[in-house]
This record gives sequence, C-alpha cells and structure tokens, in this order.
Amino acid sequence: MLGDFADSFLNVEIVLRAWPILARGLGQTLLLSAVVVPLGLAGGLAIALLSRARSRWVRWPLAAWTDTFRSLPPLVLLIFLYAGLPFMGIDVGPWGAVALAFFLNTGAYYGEVLRAGLDSVPPGQMEAARALGLRPWLALWLVVIPQAVRNVLPDLVSNTLEVVKLTSLASVVAMPELLFQARQAQSVTYNASPIVAAALAYFVILWPVVRLLSRLENKAIAGR
Amino acid sequence: MGGLDGFAFTFLNLKVMAEWLPNITAGFALTVLLAALIVVAGLALGLSLAVLRAFGVRVLNWGIVFVVDLFRALPPLVIIVLLYFGLPGMGLSLSGFWATWLSLTLVLAAFSEEIFWAGITATGRGQWDAGRALGLRFLPILFRIILPQAVRMVVPPLTNRTIAITKGTALASVVGVGEILGSAQSAMAFSGNPSPLTLGAIAYALLFLPVVGVGRWIERRAAIPGR
Repeated sequence: MLGDFADSFLNVEIVLRAWPILARGLGQTLLLSAVVVPLGLAGGLAIALLSRARSRWVRWPLAAWTDTFRSLPPLVLLIFLYAGLPFMGIDVGPWGAVALAFFLNTGAYYGEVLRAGLDSVPPGQMEAARALGLRPWLALWLVVIPQAVRNVLPDLVSNTLEVVKLTSLASVVAMPELLFQARQAQSVTYNASPIVAAALAYFVILWPVVRLLSRLENKAIAGR
Repeated sequence: MGGLDGFAFTFLNLKVMAEWLPNITAGFALTVLLAALIVVAGLALGLSLAVLRAFGVRVLNWGIVFVVDLFRALPPLVIIVLLYFGLPGMGLSLSGFWATWLSLTLVLAAFSEEIFWAGITATGRGQWDAGRALGLRFLPILFRIILPQAVRMVVPPLTNRTIAITKGTALASVVGVGEILGSAQSAMAFSGNPSPLTLGAIAYALLFLPVVGVGRWIERRAAIPGR
C-alpha cells in the first residue's frame, strides 16, 4: 500500500525524467505572472483613479464594470475570450485571451483594493502637496499613491498571491505553463508524480508569500 | 451581415439560447448544489480547526498552520487535477463533482480557519480574564464569550472569501462536470455557436450578483454596533 502510494505519487525516477518539461512550464508560469500582475495593477489603478471622479456618468458605469467582472468566474471569462471570440473572426490566441481575461478580472479586484487605499489617505495630503507647488499628477504619484499602497498592503499582497495562483487557469487554453506541462507528463507516464512535483513547485514559491501575508494580517488586526 | 447583426447572431442568438436553455438550467442547479456543499463543509471545517487551535497544543497547532498554509498556497485547479487524475493511480477514484467539492472545501476550510483565528485572537485578552473571573471554564468562555464576538467581527472578510472560492466551482468543468460552464461549453460545441456561453455568463451573474447583495446584508446584520 505504501509502496503503491510512493510509486504513483512520489516516483522520483519519473519526476527526474519529466523535469525538463516541468522546468519549462515553471519558467512560463513565472513569465506569465510577471506579465499579468503589472497588467492587473495598471488596470486597477486606472479604475481606482477614475472611480474618484465627481461625475456619476463616470462612476456608475465603472461600478457596473467592476461588479460584472468580479461576479464572472475568471475561467468563464477566459473561455469566452478564447473560444467565443474566434466565432466573430477575432482570434486572440492563448496569450491574448489570458492577458485580456486577467486585465479585466484582476484589474477589477486590484481596482477595489486601490480605491479603498486612495480613500484612506486624508485630502489634506493632496492639498499640502499642491500648496508646495507639486503638479496634480506628481502630487498623486509621489504623495498620495505611496500612502494608499502602504495602507492596503496586506490586501495587495493577498490579491497578488491569488493572481499568481490563477495563472494555472492558462493550462485550460493550452498555454504550456506549469500545470499544463505536468498534465502532459502525467498523461504520457500514466503517473501522478509530475502533478505532485508541480504542486510542490507552487508551494515552494508561494509559501513564503503566505507566511508574509499571515504576519501582515496579524499586524493589521493587532493595530486596530 | 453587418457588424452589430453579426455580433447578435454570434453571441446573442436567441434560437440557439432557447434550444440549450434546459441544459444550462440543469448546469445552474448543479453549480448551486456544489457551491452549497462547499460552503457548508468548508466553513464547518474551518471553524472546527480554529476552535482546535484555540486549545493551544503546540504540535497540533504546527500541523494546523502547515495544512492551512498548504491549501492557501496551492492553486485550486492544481488540487482538483491532482485529486481527479492522481487518486485513480492508487485505486481510489473520485468523480469530477466530488474531486472539486473536496478540493474547494479544503481551500475554503484553510482560508476560513485563518479568518476565524484572526477573529479569536482579535477578541481582547480581557474577555478571557473576565470570563475566568466569573468562574467560567475554558470551553464556556470560548463558545459563549469569545466565538460570538469573533465570528461577528470577521463576517466581512469571510463572506468575500467564501464568494471568491465558490466561483471556483467553474473549475469543475475542467474535470468533466456539467455545471454551468461545462454545459455551456458542450452546448457551444454541439451548436457551433457561442451564445450558450453568453447564457452561461448571464447565469453566473444571476447567481453571484444577488450573493454579493446578500453578503452585504449579512455584514450589516452581523456588525457589532459601535465597533
């Protein structure tokens, strides 16, 4: 029984043989994260700044936009873009579909977090920066945004962790990232060990982030 | 066909939608069932782990923290795939539905344990001392003084997290479950038209927009006045 378990889940020989494939997948996962996290942050910052507009003609459509993309499961959005758009003659490919889906989905989440951050900075900060002669954009960039980010840092880290985990969805649209490669190796070898190895890789990379997050959250609660 | 007509024919084809509506409705019911089972089991397990952690047995707590960290760090899809494709190798076989249920239950349990625990630790030391001064023992203090406050305190993060994890039910389509996304995808394949996918997206909006509203209502009801 224990031998069976080791054979089908912790088969070192198979993992070593699959390693080149898995390593390429890991590289793709890291690359993907390096692309979609900044993309989502940029979209989120745009949403957060726009949602502070005075006109309801800006705020209401924006609220509808974020609510829509937060209520759609990211996989639904991804499949829609990947499998639906080609019917219109628009083929964005796996990279295009993934980038767009993450921009829309994670942008909406980052937007909510950053908006809360901007709201937490007292208006006096902006006024003081303007009084010192800083232009509005510079005041925003140098004075308001850094404080906003610091105030919502745990939520930002938590969201980023979720985004990196979400990159595993790209395997569904045949992007050769870590999970996809592990599935390939598993189907060739009829053995689950490559998937266990992939899970281990995710864990090794993301565990420090989870620990950091626990610490940040505990600090936030203790400070209340 | 012009651009807008073409768009309507492709994504909002009422004839195709009407034809596949029963399938999507069945998928909707399956999603609701799966989500309900995940929420009940996940929150119950999470709360139990947090209570267990309150006993302060060091070795046990290390184990709880490790398992919680594990399921917070792993992508849910990886866990689902591992359970679905891995377990048969051991002669154990879970259907796609139960593999998804187990995976997301464990993930929700991990996240909610962390949240419940945060609530327990945020309930001041003085509450324990006051309970003890009244002559109460550990368990009555925990269940009648600490937990009622802790749970109410953590309702907002808890509802957010629960909703986010429940949306993961769409992942079940990857392991062949005919929930909303799965049934919409097969309808799209059969009809050669993506309108069922639009229908699926509408179904999710119908499901989750009210859930978000109910979440806000629960938050208001549970809020501790003056905190």
